[in-house]
Amino acid sequence: MELTAPQKENIQKIEHSNLFTPGFFSSKVSEVVGWARKNSIFQFPMVTACCGMEYMSVACSHYDIDRFGAGFPRFSPRQSDVLFVVGTISHKMAPVMKRIYEQMTEPKWVVAFGVCTCTGGFYDNYATVQGIDTIIPVDVYIPGCPPRPETVIDGLIKLQEKIEHSGFESRPGK
Amino acid sequence: MTDLIEVIQNKFPDLVESSHSQCGDQTVVLKKEGLLTVMKYVQHEPSLHFNMLMDLTAVDYWAQLRKPRFDVVYHLYSTTKNHRLRIKVQVSEKECEVDSLTSFWPSANWFEREVWDMFGVKFKGHPNMKRILMYEEFKGHPLRKDYMYNKRQPLVGPVN
Ligand code: SF4
Repeated sequence: MELTAPQKENIQKIEHSNLFTPGFFSSKVSEVVGWARKNSIFQFPMVTACCGMEYMSVACSHYDIDRFGAGFPRFSPRQSDVLFVVGTISHKMAPVMKRIYEQMTEPKWVVAFGVCTCTGGFYDNYATVQGIDTIIPVDVYIPGCPPRPETVIDGLIKLQEKIEHSGFESRPGK
Repeated sequence: MTDLIEVIQNKFPDLVESSHSQCGDQTVVLKKEGLLTVMKYVQHEPSLHFNMLMDLTAVDYWAQLRKPRFDVVYHLYSTTKNHRLRIKVQVSEKECEVDSLTSFWPSANWFEREVWDMFGVKFKGHPNMKRILMYEEFKGHPLRKDYMYNKRQPLVGPVN
């Protein structure tokens, strides 16, 4: 089948963006490190509420985030590099979440999963933290109540892009 | 179906404040001091046999609208007779205390702590009258009508 011009251009683009274009190998260590890190995400799922159901469905075989190298949840913050905050965070839970974040070793990233973690969602009340970014820095926000698995995968890909280009810096400005 | 209201009214005419029944839900409003006596009776009387305390909660009718301000509500169920009864006790803001039912139904323990936590109604004789949902540092009782809906008391992080 003949490829159209835009299709060819697209393929070229993809080839150039690839770290391992046939015949070439990147000489920049930071790029190799970024590539390795983005494809071996060890996540710490901090599941507190209903979003957990959706997290389970992305993690399991139907949507399978293992395809993106993030299939292996670790239940110790010391062994993980991405904190998935999944579900409503109450003021009572907030110190625990902060502690978990502090226990993670650098480099580390945080994903806010669902509107509850992004902004507090519809829980505008005495008990709920109005967005976890008031307490810890967040890299990717995944909206939705709960977000569909496609949205989660989209967020994960965005996180991968961020990780790939962050080089040795684990967090801009740090 | 037994007319539970009638049974209780005939047995304790001076402890019953009022009663009503709607769609088969029978409710008896008791005087505060009569709570333990009536509860003991309905639990042990073989024809009533309320062996299960399904729910225990409170209602705040705002001090401006009604005095006494609070209702403490008990939902009873009998697993052998398959009938239900709702018992209410009115509690004023000043004497915000009722007798604890923990010695009758152990399930009352956590329910009463929740009512204390959310409404600030105390239970006399409760073995462990502490907050159950909110943290110890929390000030006030969030389900009271005069707790501002946007009042925040975070443990960490900014107030927002
Ligand atoms: S965002 Fe929606 S689904 Fe997710 S934890 Fe909040 S309320 Fe539950």
